[in-house]
Amino acid sequence: MNIIEVQNLTKYYGKSRGIEDLSFSVREGEIFGFIGPNGAGKSTTIRLLLSLIHPTSGQASIFGKDVTKKGPEIRSQIGYLPSEVFYYDHMHVGELLNYSASFYPGDHRLRIKYLAEVMELEMNRKIRDLSYGNKKKVGIVQGLLHNPTLLFLDEPTSGLDPLMQRKFFDLIREENKKGVTVFFSSHFLGEVQRLCDRVGIIREGRMVEISDIRTLQTNNYKKIRVLSQHSPANFEIPGVNNLQQEDGWTQFFYSGDINQVLQRVSDVTIEDLSIEEPTLEEIFMHYYE
Amino acid sequence: MNKAIYRYELRQRWSSVGVWFASLAGLVLIFMSLFSSFSSDMAAMNQMLEKFPPEFKAVFGLTALDLATLEGYFAFCFIFCQLCLAIQAANYGLSLISVEESELTADFLLTRPLSRPTILTSKLLAALTSLFVTQVLFWGASLASIVLFKGDAQYDLHAIALILGSTVIFQLLFFSVGLLISLLVRRMHSVTPWSLGLAFGTYVISAFSGILGDAKLEYLSPFKHFEPGKIIRNMQYDTRLVLLDAALIILAVGVSYWLYQKRDIASPS
Repeated sequence: MNIIEVQNLTKYYGKSRGIEDLSFSVREGEIFGFIGPNGAGKSTTIRLLLSLIHPTSGQASIFGKDVTKKGPEIRSQIGYLPSEVFYYDHMHVGELLNYSASFYPGDHRLRIKYLAEVMELEMNRKIRDLSYGNKKKVGIVQGLLHNPTLLFLDEPTSGLDPLMQRKFFDLIREENKKGVTVFFSSHFLGEVQRLCDRVGIIREGRMVEISDIRTLQTNNYKKIRVLSQHSPANFEIPGVNNLQQEDGWTQFFYSGDINQVLQRVSDVTIEDLSIEEPTLEEIFMHYYE
Repeated sequence: MNKAIYRYELRQRWSSVGVWFASLAGLVLIFMSLFSSFSSDMAAMNQMLEKFPPEFKAVFGLTALDLATLEGYFAFCFIFCQLCLAIQAANYGLSLISVEESELTADFLLTRPLSRPTILTSKLLAALTSLFVTQVLFWGASLASIVLFKGDAQYDLHAIALILGSTVIFQLLFFSVGLLISLLVRRMHSVTPWSLGLAFGTYVISAFSGILGDAKLEYLSPFKHFEPGKIIRNMQYDTRLVLLDAALIILAVGVSYWLYQKRDIASPS
């Protein structure tokens, strides 16, 4: 079943583009990575789905309900962590979390306590006195305290130190194991690679590619590095991309029959060789060439 | 309505209500405390006032007022109170929605499972409660100062009650127009210049209509709609103008709900 369904969604701010003709869907229980550089339209998409802004044209539904009509109902099942966290400055952390919890039925005190412990968040400090990273932690607890079934994470890890990032990822994985669907927006691809099942790549307001993260990584390219005295021209065969030479290393991306490229390698005398999966970052650069 | 928002918004305004009440009470107390010395020299005072050009008196609403009576004297003081009440109400209306956008906290409430009308209603009722509490306290302070400093003077309680009661629609009008303006503007960075502009602007219009004797300008300024001198003279409000105000309030609030429902909330980053 699809949790999020987006069809031809378009948003213009006056004359400037937000997103254009965006279509995709997110399946129940998956972690969907949404990648693109700043200004590509990631936040616009999330804000449309949360009905913070209204579409110029097109449709979006969550849990099978139209976001422009059933916003409140949909949002009762949604947790949102914004990229930049702004909360009422004069409030204490605990006060803010209780205020947030009051909008969802049930008792969330134990959950708040648990999340605050995991994220090492001090409850009795004022929001205004918190560092950027600590505000982010408040955002995380606030986004998870009501046990949402769908999470929107908009560049969630900026400001968190690596240790906290890991705890946060563990938390998200734990939620995902319970069946929570996650929509993970980022321009930092390493983290998407670590966490996501599928990934959508957005560029200048349009979806360039949606694919399984493994397909994206394995089917297409190998990253090959050869240390050799010979000219890199030796490797100019069809399927070779981004041929570069640096400090004696010849490096390129290859897609195609692996035997052909290995033949070329064995033709010359080499000192060292490595064949790797390219990182998502490297694949991603390919879409932006 | 959502109780949590209502309570939060009320708590936010307590100190502001306190400050406004203190200013208003101070104003009335100081003004009224001078009444006895003022009324004993009334003859000299009236002589002096007669020397002022009529335009000057019109600006301060002095033409229609008999400062020798307690009601008349109180009415003169009330004009300044009106100015404060106008600024307060405009402030609350202008900031109701815009303060969350300028402080970038708007996303918080709007991503909760609440409809925008629910959010607006809760905020609106909290602001109106704050305004009403200010008014009730102000009425109390006014009556107390009148009783305290009246000396031997007689006064007409009915006239005083009419003057004080006018604050309800007067503040509602500034509040709702402020709210409407804040939603017509894309992003309001600071509320104070707007609320001061709205209050003093309409006050100046009222003063000018006094000088020019222009009846049409009357419509534009709520200060004219509830001019205390006129209330004392007629012993009633001008029904036509009150109905106009009521229609304006309903229209402004209605349009505000509509604008808020279709508003795009600007991203904080």
